[in-house]
Amino acid sequence: MRGLGDTFFNLQVIEKYLPALLSGFRVTLALAGAVVTLGILLGLTLAMVRAFRFRVVNWLIVAFVDLFRTLPQLVVLVFAYFGLPYAGITISGFTAATLGLGLVLAAFAEEAFWAAITAIPRGQWEAARSTGLSFAQALGSVVMPQAVRIAIPLLTNRTIAITKGTALASVIAVPEILDKAQSAMSLSSNASPLIIGAGLYLAIFAPFVLFSRWLERRFGWII
Amino acid sequence: MQEFLASFANLESLARIYPLLLQGLQITLLLSLVTVPLAIALGLMIAVLYSFHVRFLNPLLIVYVDAFRAFPVLVLLVLIFYGLPFLGINLAAFPAAVLGIALNNSGYYGEIFRAGIETVPRGQREAARSTGLTAWQTAFSVVLPQAVHNVLAPLAGNTLELIKTTSIATVVALPELLRSARVAQESTYNPTPLTAAALIYFVLLWPLTRLVARLERKMVARQ
Repeated sequence: MRGLGDTFFNLQVIEKYLPALLSGFRVTLALAGAVVTLGILLGLTLAMVRAFRFRVVNWLIVAFVDLFRTLPQLVVLVFAYFGLPYAGITISGFTAATLGLGLVLAAFAEEAFWAAITAIPRGQWEAARSTGLSFAQALGSVVMPQAVRIAIPLLTNRTIAITKGTALASVIAVPEILDKAQSAMSLSSNASPLIIGAGLYLAIFAPFVLFSRWLERRFGWII
Repeated sequence: MQEFLASFANLESLARIYPLLLQGLQITLLLSLVTVPLAIALGLMIAVLYSFHVRFLNPLLIVYVDAFRAFPVLVLLVLIFYGLPFLGINLAAFPAAVLGIALNNSGYYGEIFRAGIETVPRGQREAARSTGLTAWQTAFSVVLPQAVHNVLAPLAGNTLELIKTTSIATVVALPELLRSARVAQESTYNPTPLTAAALIYFVLLWPLTRLVARLERKMVARQ
């Protein structure tokens, strides 16, 4: 039993590599924040643009959504980081991860917001327009406040799932938790850094999972 | 443009590396074929056990589900592949990937089936039991068929996500589609294999993406 403790919870090893793991923790948080901000805002914007029903624009939005809903996140990240330099575009791992995961989240968010917009009864639109609101005003002040409320439960789990994908950024050399934990593990020949890293991920994401449970109970939605 | 095509869609490079990509595709398909049924079976087990409402079991099942929902699948895979050897358990890349992805997704499937079962009115279960069916018979022949119907959209969506997730097996050096493309890209100094792999993923999964989108829209309209 002592052997196991030394291998998986070795205080000396943990003390030595904790600063590195905590710097990884900060990078993961920053990356997660950037991904969620880019993804949700872009998704919301695209869904609102789609509501105007310009045929060519909508066609492009649907193509974007389908592309990024279909490709695996890691494929998008690898392409952005290892493929784009051949086109003369070299971006940092952090930028590639933010863009890659952010675009994937934007695609899912657009779908959720769009589904919510189309679920708003026609009468809401008609009533808003008949009071003299322009189309954009009706969209912004009448339809979107309701649509966002419908979309939130749809989006919560997806946002958590995609944000967990920040661990994938370790593959493209972003010094986040998993990257730091793996290098600490190979330097120390000890599994403790990985266990601490796993704990740090749980510390970030478990509250959001509990939040999604609360939402589900509150709104009675199947997510 | 010519230059762009020469680097990203280089036919010469493609002709050289396509056997490698096909091999990768085979492993990706095999990994999906093994993992999807396993994860569904595990998830179903969890949900059915939950539906029996055994007092001390249910909190444990929820902890199981939430732990996997909060834990990045890549971190789980790294723990299995690089952490278990410290316990003297050495898994090859393929079984490690199956185990990691199936465990992670058993949480997701479990939660989906559980939510589906909750949508079936209690009376259904009581009526079935009163005709003399056992608890297990009731679960599998009366409750589940209705439950599955109510959660088809998230079920299909999760299956799509699982297949996409197989690309993380790259990290444990399993030569699936993404890994093969990376190897080909590095040996030919050309990003065409990455483009080709992305295209294969897209062609393979796009029909499923469309199906999921349709099912989701129906679900939102119903609610």
